[in-house]
Amino acid sequence: MPSELIQVGEDSCLKFQYSAGIYGSRFLEGLREGRILASRCARCRFVLVPPRIVCANCYAKMEEFVSVGPEGTLETFTQVCFPFIDPETGRRRPVPYVYGLIRLDGANNTLQHFLEETDVSRLRIGQRVAAVFRETRAGTLLDIQYFRTVKEL
Amino acid sequence: MKRRVAIIGTGQTEHRSRRPDVSIPELIREAVDRALAVAQVEPQAVIIGNMEHFEGIHLSDQWAITGAGGIGRPGLKVATGGTTGSSLALAGTYAVASGLWDVVMVVGWEKLSESGGETTTGIITAFDPIYERPTFAGAVSGLAVYAQRYVHQYGVTPEQAALVAVRARRNAMRNPYAHLRKPVTVEEVLNSPMLSTPIRYLDMCPTSDGACAVIFASERYAGRKAAWVRAVASGRNHPYLGDVTLGADTYRDTLALAAQEAYRKAAITPKDVDVVEMYDPCTYLHLCWLESLGFCGPGQAGKFVEKTALAINPSGGVLCTNPIGATGLIRVAEAAMQLRGEAGERQVDGARTALVTGFGGSFWNEVMVLCRQS
Repeated sequence: MPSELIQVGEDSCLKFQYSAGIYGSRFLEGLREGRILASRCARCRFVLVPPRIVCANCYAKMEEFVSVGPEGTLETFTQVCFPFIDPETGRRRPVPYVYGLIRLDGANNTLQHFLEETDVSRLRIGQRVAAVFRETRAGTLLDIQYFRTVKEL
Repeated sequence: MKRRVAIIGTGQTEHRSRRPDVSIPELIREAVDRALAVAQVEPQAVIIGNMEHFEGIHLSDQWAITGAGGIGRPGLKVATGGTTGSSLALAGTYAVASGLWDVVMVVGWEKLSESGGETTTGIITAFDPIYERPTFAGAVSGLAVYAQRYVHQYGVTPEQAALVAVRARRNAMRNPYAHLRKPVTVEEVLNSPMLSTPIRYLDMCPTSDGACAVIFASERYAGRKAAWVRAVASGRNHPYLGDVTLGADTYRDTLALAAQEAYRKAAITPKDVDVVEMYDPCTYLHLCWLESLGFCGPGQAGKFVEKTALAINPSGGVLCTNPIGATGLIRVAEAAMQLRGEAGERQVDGARTALVTGFGGSFWNEVMVLCRQS
């Protein structure tokens, strides 16, 4: 047996560049312009966000872009409370934060995004929310700052 | 299936939070030696799998094959995320059923401690960098939004979920391979730190170091104690997390579809199942998925688990043991041990039919039906 058990450490730092592609670049351009683009299937008419080349419902090629939202319905949500390292930065992501799955008006699926409301006792599934765009936009998902609660009459 | 497929041997490590005393090949070797000792036959091929994000090793098949005795033999690597272990079992089944080989060893492993406990970080990298990583907090938050929806639909209570954890720990105390073998109370679960609403620390599975090996064989090598694969089914997955809402109730129906297919192929109903080894990464989904598997109606699982005689995760399940790349395969190994009468203190008397599930990101579900007689 060895006299001690040795572990060898590694502290890696890698840079990545992910291509958004044709559909993703169109989506991100849309966000930069302050609108949310989805793809519509010519065969089954499903509208999906983010837009993509293959329909997730019937697998036909999707070619048409349509605007969805900016309002929608909250399908589910969670408040993330535990600490963890964010692989995007290599540092701890600030917690707590709240995100949800939002069914944007006109879309058949949901978009996962942050919610402004951080008190989960004030959130309920089925409530109306609306995208809040940043003043300065860079062509990323975070051009939408978060979804705010829409006051119901 | 083209040919009948049997499980003729299983081996596991004693799963722990950290195994700094062994390298990855040494860890794998422990499970492999035990499976070979049971099966008493040399495999013709080795199929190996792990989830790869956690140890930062991206040619894990080559690196780990020394531990599994795969040198000079044909082999494959399987990496399907959380389902890796169950996919390994499906791959072993396919390989033998096709007639390609008579004896195939599949090996799943994970050494989560080697990423310094940052399992969530690894899991986030399994998801889309442009659309999902900014909000996603790994398996915990991914399961939490799912659980939140289930609570909303059926009024499932934190107490009902907590009872699942209490039972899992009680079962694990009878399983020498289980990682978490300390009992917990409902109060302890309810008072444990909130991870991601509604999931608390003790509602969630641990992260473990461990390995599991299972040997699949054709009829010729089956022997008297064989556990037979009666049916396998692999559910669909979705490209994006937000696509889970595409159908009427897609939060639940990916597993239901796979289960219905497996029941049909095996010509059984849920009533015929004696023991379930389900992939239960958190308490709420343990309940939800018992409904998807058809053991009770929607929203009824909280009450069902209180009175049923069905053996649900006698091993303690994923809630007590989770070396991710091995986790699904441990379900298969545990089910096979039950049918082979090798389950020791956790043996379910007279178990003849077992149902196994695997779950991974993108709502991929896999189901296997094992029987004592083919």
